[in-house]
Amino acid sequence: MSDLTSLSIAELREGFRSGEFTAREVAEQYNAAAAAARSLNAYTVETPEDALASAEAADKARGSDALGSLAGIPLGIKDLFATRGVDTTAGSRILKDFKPPYESTVTANLRKAGAGMLGKLNMDEFAMGSSNETSAYGPVISPWRRKDGGNAPLAPGGSSGGSSTAVAAGIAPGATGTDTGGSIRQPAAFTGICGIKPTYGRCSRWGIVSFASSLDQAGPMARTVRDCAILLEAMAGFDPKDSTSLDLPVPNWESGLSSDLKGKRVGIPKEYRIDGVPDDINVLWDRGIELLRDAGADIVEISLPHTKYALPTYYIIAPAEASSNLARYDGVRYGARAESEGGLDAMYAATRAEGFGAEVKRRIMIGTYVLSAGFYDAYFTKAQRVRSLIKRDFEQAFEKCDLILTPTAPSAAFALGDKSADPIAMYLNDVFAVPASLAGLPAMSVPGGLDSDGLPLGLQLIGRELDEQSVLNAGLAIEERAGFDAKPKRWW
Amino acid sequence: MSVSPEQVRHIAKLARIAMSDEELERLVPELNNILGWVEQLEEVNTDGVEPLTAVVPNQLRLREDKVTDGDCRDDVLANAPVAEHGFFTVPKVIE
Repeated sequence: MSDLTSLSIAELREGFRSGEFTAREVAEQYNAAAAAARSLNAYTVETPEDALASAEAADKARGSDALGSLAGIPLGIKDLFATRGVDTTAGSRILKDFKPPYESTVTANLRKAGAGMLGKLNMDEFAMGSSNETSAYGPVISPWRRKDGGNAPLAPGGSSGGSSTAVAAGIAPGATGTDTGGSIRQPAAFTGICGIKPTYGRCSRWGIVSFASSLDQAGPMARTVRDCAILLEAMAGFDPKDSTSLDLPVPNWESGLSSDLKGKRVGIPKEYRIDGVPDDINVLWDRGIELLRDAGADIVEISLPHTKYALPTYYIIAPAEASSNLARYDGVRYGARAESEGGLDAMYAATRAEGFGAEVKRRIMIGTYVLSAGFYDAYFTKAQRVRSLIKRDFEQAFEKCDLILTPTAPSAAFALGDKSADPIAMYLNDVFAVPASLAGLPAMSVPGGLDSDGLPLGLQLIGRELDEQSVLNAGLAIEERAGFDAKPKRWW
Repeated sequence: MSVSPEQVRHIAKLARIAMSDEELERLVPELNNILGWVEQLEEVNTDGVEPLTAVVPNQLRLREDKVTDGDCRDDVLANAPVAEHGFFTVPKVIE
């Protein structure tokens, strides 16, 4: 049997449907690959029996009309998605052993399409981090290594670091991610894979552990642009259980794929040329511009004047929403409860002291402060006003262009431990990703090339509200032309 | 603006997170660093700019006023750290 773990989701779908191999064979190979890669720490729970059961159902249904679009495809699921009866901890001690009696809408949609689950994927605690180092399970280790021969373990990006590593290492053909301020795109860039955050409201947030509700969006991570389109079609859709879900039909993104960009205007925002970014990043960006021009696009310079204020705006709004959302972890209804002396208040305080890690506490403290009496207007309301300006910047830019091209992150993957002592240095990693999150826009990272250390770098495409199709199409144009076929050399 | 150790103690109390004196001391400069950094927003002229409330224009929906859920007490209690007689159990509140 050939190595099925090297195939894309589109290829697995084709091979399974034509009878070249069975869904069971796919699931067995992936289950074995996941078990053999535990040193990467990508999965927090493996669910091989789930993958096998879905595969058997797919094999039985083969040739019938009942076959879903993801029949025969096993996926990795970020630990932020509630999965019925399977540990869902958001990478936190405070949700230890939590087994939801319900299924998130996104994973239910994937199951309805026939997908199986290989397991739950490690992540930064409550999705707060850009390196996976805040996880209660310990960091995921990127499958990539620098070509200098040093073996420094590298960050897989975050917060969807288990997802990025699983897809890059061939222990899942695709995975779910979530993106609040770059948590799909930055890890995709760090590991040489694709990932798209759709327009806010495309994917239901119901059953996804909340971090910052006005920013949280689910999206797929996979090896190709086509695979992202296939997965996003299955994940998206209106859900009455999420009040911010968009009541719109899901476009046929896969059949709409076209890398012909004739007539498309691609904007290059001058404010994204920032100091202190390695040359490799700007070289990659220039190369991306050439690739899109080659695909027929017109390149125009644009301005997004409030770009430099996006990160500080985000680091008021996201912690504020987080402090409110995370108030629910009180040791009463679910999760862990700490032993404490004294009454109810002492129990809450002890439970939260023991259950939350340092970064989560830091953000709850910041959020509590900026929402507290006397400071609310100076911080929170101010940030929401600047957020309006950031959104307006994009609206004005999209009068001159149809798409925006930027680097995804200001560097390649850094070594674990490099930035964990300095919160602001860590936050700066999302400098290019956060503006699109604040504006609710669809944005994607596709691999563009390798840096001088042999590590992958990503290019980001940002589209108009609801225009995932143009984002995917430009991603495809880059994918077809960049010729990125580098894979991490197996050491695990 | 910068926060004092007393303010940090107060925030921790509001956030219901128990903290040792050493932890509080460590957090004071950390929080001040972050607050000092976000305060660059003061440079931005936001006169006449409405705070953003919905990132994508969307109408809040109403649904029919009828029961759609319930009868799942055991499910609701299944993950409770302590539950007795069909209730969540907490430390004694009333003497």
